Amino acid sequence: MREREVGVLVIGGGPAGLAAGIAAKEAGCARVLVVDREDAPGGILKQCIHNGFGLQAFGEELTGTEYAERYIEKAFAAGVEVACGTMAIDLTGGRVATIVSRARGLETVRAGAVVLAMGCRERPRGALATPGSRCAGVYTAGNAQKLVNMKGLMPGKRVVILGSGDIGLIMARRMTFMGARVLACVELMPYSAGLTRNIVQCLDDFGIPLLLSHTVVDIKGRERLEGVSVAAVDETLSPIPGTERELACDTLLLSVGLLPENELSSTAGVRLSPATGGAEVDENLQTAVPGVFSCGNVLHVHDLVDFVSEEAARAGKAAARYAAGETRPRGTVPVEAGSGVGGIVPQFLGEQIEGDVKLMFRTRGIYKKARVVAERGGREIYSKREMILVPGEMVGVTLKKDALGSGREPVRVRIEV
Amino acid sequence: MEERELICINCPMGCRMKATLEGGTITSVTGFTCKRGETYAREELTRPVRMVTALVRVKGRAQPLPVKTDRPIDKDLIFDALAALGHVTVQPPIRIGEVVLANVCGTCANFVATANVR
Repeated sequence: MREREVGVLVIGGGPAGLAAGIAAKEAGCARVLVVDREDAPGGILKQCIHNGFGLQAFGEELTGTEYAERYIEKAFAAGVEVACGTMAIDLTGGRVATIVSRARGLETVRAGAVVLAMGCRERPRGALATPGSRCAGVYTAGNAQKLVNMKGLMPGKRVVILGSGDIGLIMARRMTFMGARVLACVELMPYSAGLTRNIVQCLDDFGIPLLLSHTVVDIKGRERLEGVSVAAVDETLSPIPGTERELACDTLLLSVGLLPENELSSTAGVRLSPATGGAEVDENLQTAVPGVFSCGNVLHVHDLVDFVSEEAARAGKAAARYAAGETRPRGTVPVEAGSGVGGIVPQFLGEQIEGDVKLMFRTRGIYKKARVVAERGGREIYSKREMILVPGEMVGVTLKKDALGSGREPVRVRIEV
Repeated sequence: MEERELICINCPMGCRMKATLEGGTITSVTGFTCKRGETYAREELTRPVRMVTALVRVKGRAQPLPVKTDRPIDKDLIFDALAALGHVTVQPPIRIGEVVLANVCGTCANFVATANVR
C-alpha cells in the first residue's frame, strides 16, 4: 500500500474543507491535502444554484455554486492539493488515515494534524417510521435537488413536501420552476424551521400551502407513489383521527433534518456531543483526540455557509499550528448550556485564551425580547438583548478576551426572558 | 379601498403587516416593528421584484448549467423569463458571469452563468 506524509489532512472538500485547507496553507503548512469522495470539490454548494450566499463573507449575494467557485479558485491558487474521487475510509487516533481512489487505489496518509469536514447527511425516510409501502417516488429534498440541478432529471410532476426546512422550501420553488405542481408543504411543528424569506419567496409567491401541525400518516402506491394521507396533529404531535385527507401525488420530498456524518470521527475516538451530534471541541476546534480538529456541518449543522467558512478557517489555522509542533491538548474548562440554550459550540475552553471567543448555539424555543447572557464565576461577561430568537437561526456570541479572563471557572450561557 | 396582508422577510420576527391601498396608492401600512418592515411592504406593494435562478441546457451534456438574473426582475415575469430560457442551449466552455440570455423579456436583466463548464 502506498504511503505518504502530509502536514494537514482535511477530510471533505466542501465549504468547510476548502476554507480549512486554505487557512492551513496560509498559516504556513507546506503540504495540505484535501480529500473528497465526489468528482469535484464544493460539497453541497455544487447543487445549491439558488442565491443568498456570501452576504456575510463577501458583502454580496451569490449563488451556492458561485460561492464554492471562489473558494475552489483560492484553494488552487494557495497550492492546496485537492484529491477528488477519493474517500477516507479509516482514521486512527494517531492521525493515520486510509484513503481510497480509483486512480491510486488504497493509500495510507500520515498527517501532522487532521481537520474533519465531512458535512452532514439528510435524515432519511427510515428515521420517520411513516407507514406505507416502499414505492419509488420518495426522496430526501437534497437528493431531489441533486437530481434536478446536477443530473438534469426530474423526480416527478405532482409533489408533496414533508418538513419545512430550508432545503424543502427551496425545492418547492425549484420544482415549480421546472414545471411540477407542488401541492403542499407539510410541517409537524406549529412553526416552520425555515427562514421567513424562503416561506414567502418559495411557497407564498406560488400559492403553495404550508400546513403547520400536520404530518404524512400514510404513503400509498406499490411500484410508484400514488398518494399520501395528511393529518393534523395535536399538542403531543400525535395525528388526530378523522382529520386525514388524501393528496394524489407521484413524489414525496423529505426535508426533515440533517445529521452530522461522524462515522470516521468515532473510528478515531473523537467524543461526540449528544446535543449537536458533532464532536466536542474547544475554542481552537480541537476534538478530544489531540491534533484532530472539526468544523462545518460535521461539527454542528449551520444555517449560513458564511459562518462555516469562518469557523473552518479557524480550524485550519489551528491544525497548521499543531502540525508545526505547537501541540496543546484540548481545553477542559466547560462551556455550559443554561436555560433555553441547546447544543453549544465550543463545549470547552482553554484556561488561557489567546483572543476573543465565538460561541454558537441554537435556542430551545422561540423567545421574543429576551436577553442572551453569559456568566463566569458569578460575573456577567456578556449580555445582549434580542428582538427574537428562534431555533432555526443559530445565535452567535462573541466573548471578549478581557471580559472572559482566565482560569478553571466554567462559562455558562442562558436566555433570560 | 383594497386591503393587503404581508409577512416581512427581513428577520425571523416575520412581522405580519396590513396595508390599505386606494386606487393603487398606499394609504397605510401597519404591523411592522421596525423601519425595514415598512420599507419592504411599500416596495412589495409598489413593484415586487425577485432574483431568478434557473437551469439551462448544455449542448452534449446531461448536467445543466445554473444561471441567475444579474438583477431582480418583476415577480410577474418569472415564468415568462423561465419559458424564454427554455429555448436556449449553451455551448461549452462557459465561464461564470457569461451572459446566457440577454435582456430577458425586455427587462434589461440578463441571465448569466453561475458555474464554469470546461
